[in-house]
Amino acid sequence: MTPRRAPRPAWVALAWLTAAATLWPLAAPPALAQHSTATPARADTTRLDYGLQPRQIARHTWVIEGAVDDFSRANGCNIINTGFIATPAGVIVVNTGPSRLYGEQQRRAIARVTPLPVVRVLNLNLHPDYFFGNQAYADVATEALAGSIAGMQAEGKAYEDNLFRLCGDWMKGTESTPAQQALAPGRLDFGGHRLELRRLDGHTADDLVLIDHSTGVVFAGGLVFADRVPTAPHAELPAWRQSLHRLRELARALPLTVMVPSHGPVHTDLRGLEQTLDWLDWLEQTLARSAAQGLDLGEVLRQPIPERFQRWAAMPAEYVRSVTYLYPRHELAALRGTSAGPVAPVAPVTGQ
Amino acid sequence: MKPTPLALRHWRRRDWLCQTGLGAALAPLTSLALAQEDHTGGDPLGSMQWPVVRRKFLGGEPVVFSDQVLVKGPPFAEDAMNVPILVDARPLLAAGQRIERILLVADRNPVQHILSFEPRRVLPVLAFRFRLEQGSPVRAMVRTSDGRWHVGQTWVNAAGGGCTVPGVTRADGSWSQTLNQVQARFFRNVLDGQGMRLRVRVMHPMDTGLVAGIPAFHIEELELRDSGDQLWWRMELHEPVSENPLITFELGQSPPGTMVLRGRDNGGNRIYQEVSA
Repeated sequence: MTPRRAPRPAWVALAWLTAAATLWPLAAPPALAQHSTATPARADTTRLDYGLQPRQIARHTWVIEGAVDDFSRANGCNIINTGFIATPAGVIVVNTGPSRLYGEQQRRAIARVTPLPVVRVLNLNLHPDYFFGNQAYADVATEALAGSIAGMQAEGKAYEDNLFRLCGDWMKGTESTPAQQALAPGRLDFGGHRLELRRLDGHTADDLVLIDHSTGVVFAGGLVFADRVPTAPHAELPAWRQSLHRLRELARALPLTVMVPSHGPVHTDLRGLEQTLDWLDWLEQTLARSAAQGLDLGEVLRQPIPERFQRWAAMPAEYVRSVTYLYPRHELAALRGTSAGPVAPVAPVTGQ
Repeated sequence: MKPTPLALRHWRRRDWLCQTGLGAALAPLTSLALAQEDHTGGDPLGSMQWPVVRRKFLGGEPVVFSDQVLVKGPPFAEDAMNVPILVDARPLLAAGQRIERILLVADRNPVQHILSFEPRRVLPVLAFRFRLEQGSPVRAMVRTSDGRWHVGQTWVNAAGGGCTVPGVTRADGSWSQTLNQVQARFFRNVLDGQGMRLRVRVMHPMDTGLVAGIPAFHIEELELRDSGDQLWWRMELHEPVSENPLITFELGQSPPGTMVLRGRDNGGNRIYQEVSA
């Protein structure tokens, strides 16, 4: 028998997608940004129309919010917030959605708002609904952090297989199209907006954050979640926590007006950031303590979860995922913590 | 559920059908119902593989499904190459039974037999991870000294593929540098706040033989002895056990000094590690 698929990319991709599948299911949308009422997309499955409706959240700045729903064919698997800044110097697009179709409809939705041309397209990390709409921007040099591009190239095919399986016709004509150009983090003046592209990490190895110092809007990518359990298959918890502390300082200095997470309700304060931090702290402590006690993975999965997290969306499914992928590292550290005695001088020979 | 001998269950079903007085009218349906019953052999999980598993592993010996054998797994295998399973047959001990060995089997795996465990001087408790090719019942079949098998089980779903992709160290080639290295450590008072727990990890690719060009290469035997050469437990491992097996044992009592963990793989490579609390 031949392997069905390449080893690591397949399960990592699957993990991410199953994680994404429960991104939104339970939580009611809490209070949204003050500028207007949220109008989440309403997908039409017969016409394969995502019903994308840009909502203005600041000067020149719009979000296109994903469905507040489970990951399904009914919503076209559109559960991500994308956005754009339409300046006199042209339009910057942030994330391109889960499919070619999404990218095309996103581009038309932008064109309904502004006649200005799209001049830059940013994919904030390597996950598929951050970049699968790139096909619609073939005339623009799509951009991401170098590490994200490498990840898109390595895992794109597996993402594609899984999204086709989960989303069906919505994926027609979609081919994984990684960002073409590695972007350099830093500040830039763009059409009268003082923008900052900051590389943080922890949710994935390369998490791009777009900060608009002129409007106080932060596109936080996968670093911030709200009212749901953060997804962690690609995560490094200590790095993620450090990034959130840094992001909190940056947001306070702005000062922040609107926080746009890639998944979760758009909000106007640090609520999502604090929730994410609270969760990561608790998760890290729980895993470390469990490993020191000598618990097996199955026992950790059965531990009680504090009440303040229990009503979050994707609980307990996301907890199970996080523990499954993150606990083994803690276990090994605990096993190595004490000497297990001298190793007898047995020279291994290969078995074949 | 009280343990019910399979034969008795069948008899009850037949008995009920006969007593309804509708036997003649329902004869075709009755035989159909019985035929369906026979396909799973009374398996609480309704698996058609059960009669085959039973014949293959337990032969003609008496079998009961028992809630005195606890098997816990996740409802869905998040990582099909590392599915965590907990087995606890202490209720059988509490009921006065003596346990000879425990077989772990996944009905629908290409290699069904995961491992066999003889808990000689330790508790009949075990935690390990294994590879799951597709959703399947996972069964712990416990043979007691009276010659009966007590079977507990759980169903684990999976997206699939756990057995037919190479492990990480096989894929990156690093397995050969760490082959049969052991990490082991005792932990106190974990299970119900008492006793000694031993967690053992042996570095091994545990190749299933189901990946093209990679023959089966796995640990076959592991055992733990004390300094007086008394056997505390013995285990026979098969292909589905996860790469770099990490296995958790419960020693009801503290080990008397340094213990020795030994074993070998099917390539003849030895495993040896001294372990002290």
